[in-house]
Amino acid sequence: MTRKQLLLGLLNQAPLALFAVVFAIFGSLSNKFLDPQNFINILTQSSSLAVAAIGMTVVLLTAGVDLSVGSVMFVAVAVTGKLIAGGQPLWLSMLAGCMVGVVAGGVNALVITRLRVIAFIATLAMLFVGRGFGLWLTNTRAMNMPDEVTQFGAARWLGIPIPVVVMLVLAILVHWALRNTAWGRQLYAIGQDVDGAKKAGVRVAPIIFSAYVLCGGCAAVSGLIALTQTGAVSPSFGQQKEFAAIAAAVLGGTSLFGGRGHILPGTLFGAILFQTVENGLVIVNADPYLYPLILSGIIFLSVLLDTTRQRVVGRAARRTIRAV
Amino acid sequence: MNSTLLEMTGIRKSFYGVDVLKDVELRMQAGQTLGLVGENGAGKSTLMNIIGGNLRADAGQMQLAGELYVPHTPRDAQRAGVAFIHQELNLFANLSIAENIFLTSFPRTKLRNIDYNDMHQRADALLEQVGLRLSPRLLVENLSAGERQLVEIAKALRLAPRLMILDEPTTSLTSRETAKLFELLVSLQSNGMGLLYISHALGDVKRLCDEVLVLRDGAVVGQGPMCDFEPNQLVSMMVGRESSDQFPPRHNHPSKVKQLDVQHVTQPGVVRDISFVLNGGEVLGISGLMGSGRTELARILFGLDPMKSGHITMCGEPIERLPTAGRIARGMAMLTESRREDGLCMQASIAENMSLVAEPKYARPPWGLLRKAALTSALHAMRNAVKLSASTEWHRPVQTLSGGNQQKVVLAKWLLNQPKVLILDEPTRGIDVGAKFEIYALIDRLASDGQSILIISSEIEELLGICDRILVMSQGEIKDELARNEFDQSRIMLAALQADHVAASLRDADQ
Repeated sequence: MTRKQLLLGLLNQAPLALFAVVFAIFGSLSNKFLDPQNFINILTQSSSLAVAAIGMTVVLLTAGVDLSVGSVMFVAVAVTGKLIAGGQPLWLSMLAGCMVGVVAGGVNALVITRLRVIAFIATLAMLFVGRGFGLWLTNTRAMNMPDEVTQFGAARWLGIPIPVVVMLVLAILVHWALRNTAWGRQLYAIGQDVDGAKKAGVRVAPIIFSAYVLCGGCAAVSGLIALTQTGAVSPSFGQQKEFAAIAAAVLGGTSLFGGRGHILPGTLFGAILFQTVENGLVIVNADPYLYPLILSGIIFLSVLLDTTRQRVVGRAARRTIRAV
Repeated sequence: MNSTLLEMTGIRKSFYGVDVLKDVELRMQAGQTLGLVGENGAGKSTLMNIIGGNLRADAGQMQLAGELYVPHTPRDAQRAGVAFIHQELNLFANLSIAENIFLTSFPRTKLRNIDYNDMHQRADALLEQVGLRLSPRLLVENLSAGERQLVEIAKALRLAPRLMILDEPTTSLTSRETAKLFELLVSLQSNGMGLLYISHALGDVKRLCDEVLVLRDGAVVGQGPMCDFEPNQLVSMMVGRESSDQFPPRHNHPSKVKQLDVQHVTQPGVVRDISFVLNGGEVLGISGLMGSGRTELARILFGLDPMKSGHITMCGEPIERLPTAGRIARGMAMLTESRREDGLCMQASIAENMSLVAEPKYARPPWGLLRKAALTSALHAMRNAVKLSASTEWHRPVQTLSGGNQQKVVLAKWLLNQPKVLILDEPTRGIDVGAKFEIYALIDRLASDGQSILIISSEIEELLGICDRILVMSQGEIKDELARNEFDQSRIMLAALQADHVAASLRDADQ
C-alpha cells in the first residue's frame, strides 16, 4: 500500500520533473531563454492554449473529450474577422465570436446528451463540420486584421497583458466553480461513475451539457486571444489545438478517464510547460520540422503518464471478496 | 397507537412469466430488527427492491407506519423514510466523505456556492452517530471497506429514516469492522429505527435480529422470534425442497488420471490456498453463495485474473504462466456465468458464434485459409450433438434464440475445440426445465467420453443431481468436500454459510 502511494506520488510529480529538465536543457543551450522578459513572453504565449485547456479540463473531468476545439477556434475567429472586415466595432465582433463557440459547444452537447452519440464521435464530426464551415466562410483565403486587433492583444491592464488577464480570470473562476459549487462536485462524481451518479439522484444530462458549452466558449476565447496575437485568420488557424489542449490538461494531472484533475495549478501549469517547450525550440533555433515531432512526444508522454497512474489506482481499488 | 412500522400483504411479483414472489406477508415493529434469510434466488432482493422503490409489485399492499405506502422511485422511498444500503456501495472515491454524504443536497451560502463549514459540521455529527472518527474532508478512496460501509450508513442517516434496509453489509468486512457495525445497528434500533437485515451469515442474523423471516422460492416458509429457530433448523427451512426426477442417470465412473491439478492457488483478497484435483471423466461441483469466490476461482483457472502464488497443472503440463489463449489451445474451456455479456456475440449468427473458438483448428497452414467444408460438417455434427432445435436457421442472430438454445450454442462453440477440461459457471441459469435436462444429459455424455467437468452452481440440487464430488466454498476458501455417497444438502449449506466471523458469532451465541 505504501509502495503504491509512493509510486502514485512520483507519477503525480513527473510533470514537475519534466519542467525542470526542459528548463535545464534550454537554459544551457541559450542564455536568452532564461531572460526574465522571456518568462513574460512564455506566459503571454501560453494564454491562448491555457484557455482552451481550461474548457478541455472540464470536459475531461466528466470522462468525455472534445476533439472539435481547434475547429471551433477557427470558426469563431472567422466570424469575428468577417465582422471586423465588414466594419463592425471590435467588441461586438468579438462577442459574436464567443457566441459562435457557445453555440458550437451547445450542438456538441445536444448530440451527446440527447442523441446519445459518444463524445469522441460527436466532437469528431464537429471537427470536420467546423473546419468546413470556416473554410466556406473565409473562401479558404487568409484574412489580415487591422492594427486595432493586435493593439488590443498587446494592451495591458495594471501592467499585465490583456491575454494573461483573461487567462487568469477564467482559470480562477472555473477553478472556484469546480471546487465550491454543487455543479462542480457533481461533475467530479459523474466523471468517476456515471451510473453511480444517476443512482445517487444527480441530474447528469444538464451537467454534461454545461461542460461542452463551457468548452466551446473557452475554445472561442482561446481563438480570439490567438487572433489578437497573430493578427490574421489563416485556413489552418487552430488546427490540432485540441491535442495541445488535452496534453496541457493531462500534463497538469487531469485524467483522461474522468473524475480527477484541477485547473489551478494543474492545467495552467501544463499549458505553460507545453508552451515553454515551443518557446525554447524557437529560441535555440531548432529545425522547425522538428517541432511537431517533439511536441507530439510530449503528448505521448503525458498520456502514458495518465494511463500508468490509472493502472496503479485501478489495482488499488480492485474489489475483494474477503478481507485482505 | 399502532407500533407496526411496515406491513406487507399479498405481495406478488413475476418476471417474464416466472413467479418470483408469491403472496408474501411481512410485518415488523418500530425498533425491531428483522432478519431476512433464504437461498440465492429465493426472492430476497426482489422483495427489498419493492420496499426500496426500485421495483413495483404486481399485486399486494404496503403500509408504512399505518399509512398506505406506494413508492414509485427510490426517491419516493427516501422521502417516506426508507433507506436502502445496497450490497454494492455507491460512493465516489474521488470525493470527500462530506461531499459523498451531501452530493445531491449541498448546503449553500447566499452566493449559491457550497457552505463547506456547515456541511462539514453536519457531516461531523453524522459520522459521530455512526462512530467514525474521521475528518469529513478525507477522500473516500483512503477509507477501508468497513469505513466506507459506515459512510454509506451515515449518508442514509442524513434523511433520518424510519426504516433501514441492509443487504449483506458484512461481506467485505473484517470481524472487528463487523462488530463495530453491529454496535451501531443496535444503537439505531434502540432509538426506534426499524432494521431489515438480509444476510447469508446466519450467525450474524442470530446475533443481531429479534425476528427472522425465511423465504424459499418466493414464498414465506417461516417467520417468528429469533430464539425459536436453531441455525440448523433455518438451514433446512431454506433448502427444503422436494426433489424430483429432473436429472438424467449418471453413467460413468471417473478414472484416476489427473486432468487438472490445482495446488495452493492464492490471490490476496480473492481466494486462499485452493487445492483440488479433477480426474478424467469426473464431474466436480463447486457450491457456495454469491460472493464466495467461485467465479473468481474459475476466472483465475482460465487465466483471466492474476494469481499471486500456487500451481495449476493440466494433463501433466504446468499452465499457470500461460495466457488464456494458451490454455484454450491446450484444451481448457470456460462457459461464463453471463452468456449475454461474455459468452456470445449477440448480433452474430449461430454459425459464426459456434465456429469462433475452433477456427484455428480448421485453418490450413501456412496462410491460415479456412477449410470451409470440414468446418461446416463439424458444425452440423456438433449441432446435432447438443440437440439445438432443428427449426432454428444457421444465420439467425443468436439474440433471437431462447436462453436454452443460446446456452447450447455456447457449449457447442467450446465442444468443437474438443476440450479436456470444461469449466461451466452457472450453465443452467435462466433456462427452462427441458433444456436443463438436455444440458445435464450432455454433461453426463461428455464425462463418459473422458472429459473433465468443473461445474459451478448456486442450485445445490443441481450439483447433487449431476456431480461425482462437490467442493464447498466460502470467503474464498474451500470449506468442505463431499464424495457422492456423502451428499447432504444441509451439510453443504452449513459449510457455505461458514465464515470466520460467523463461526465466531455462532460460538458466542452458544455460550
